[in-house]
Amino acid sequence: MNKDMQILVVDDFSTMRRIIKNLLRELGFNNAAEADDGTSALPMLQTGKYDFLITDWNMPKMPGIELLRAVRADPKLASLPVLMVTAEARRDQIVEAAQAGVNGYVVKPFSAETLKEKIEKIFERLEG
Amino acid sequence: MSDQENNQSESTDDRLQVARNLVSALESGDESEVATLLDTLGAQHERSLFNELGRLTRQLHEALNSFRMDSRLSEITETDIPDAKERLSYVVTMTEQAANRTLNAIEDSMPRLSRISDRSGELAQSWERFRSRELDVQEFRELSRELSEFLGCAKEESVAVSAQLSEVMMAQDFQDLTGQVIRRVIDLVQEVEEGLVGLVRVAGERMARTTEEIPTAAENKNDSHGYGPAVPGVDKADVVHGQDEVDDLLSSLGF
Repeated sequence: MNKDMQILVVDDFSTMRRIIKNLLRELGFNNAAEADDGTSALPMLQTGKYDFLITDWNMPKMPGIELLRAVRADPKLASLPVLMVTAEARRDQIVEAAQAGVNGYVVKPFSAETLKEKIEKIFERLEG
Repeated sequence: MSDQENNQSESTDDRLQVARNLVSALESGDESEVATLLDTLGAQHERSLFNELGRLTRQLHEALNSFRMDSRLSEITETDIPDAKERLSYVVTMTEQAANRTLNAIEDSMPRLSRISDRSGELAQSWERFRSRELDVQEFRELSRELSEFLGCAKEESVAVSAQLSEVMMAQDFQDLTGQVIRRVIDLVQEVEEGLVGLVRVAGERMARTTEEIPTAAENKNDSHGYGPAVPGVDKADVVHGQDEVDDLLSSLGF
């Protein structure tokens, strides 16, 4: 796993973005950028600069599930690993995210350990 | 021309005709005809009063019915308001937990930092004496032992404080989780406000069917936006409880 990879953290709550960025820093990832909604995240992703997307689901303009679908529908972004970190806990939503091609799903509230484990698992599978 | 105006002009014509007949009856001195015509005029007047009263009653009845029939309104009072109270209680619990988590971490960290600070102060004095060559061999051995013990202890304590700081950071997730819940309650308050405005409008303009124009938050909400955190006792949908259940579900899907 490349610790220098560019990560985009998308959440409408700035406190949660800070928490995730701090956790990523503890895990050794120092290149994390932020976006507060799917609508602002998508053009950032389309620059092709990012290697990993961590997104919330429930956001006012473009929810994470739609951002995920937009990413999978874009030929240049289709293979971008996506981890969903969200309070959405309905089984049908988790299934929906899985069907839309999410690489990992973490429910809030989560622990630092869980985030670490899921990120490692995603990259183990991609590299394996 | 509306039916109402039509009726009025017809009854005006009728009354004019009756009045003309009354004048000619009076002129010809036909007393019984005069009495009959006066009764007719009175009866017509009463009838239009009753018609108006009936119309008002019907309007009131319809307005009340339209409120009773508006199922969204009863849903709000029977389900959504009690739900909102539960959700706000959940917010109180979450913020309390976060505050306690933070305070616990601080209460654990403060004495650790004091120990490091006190001990390093003491050792600094001994170290100064050593640098001024004031220590004999025995005292130097003692200082050396104390320094080595302190370094181990400082390492241990700073690891512990660092863990507590992470705990403080993680406790801040309450802002996101409660914020999402509060936003849902704000949506409900807004919907109730719009309903009340509608009610005032109906009361002001008797026939206004404003209830039909009120958009409901439930209808407007696009499901793909999500539902926010599952609040215990409120959300009855099939939700997972914790990360383990998410992992189980995903592995059953081949993840």
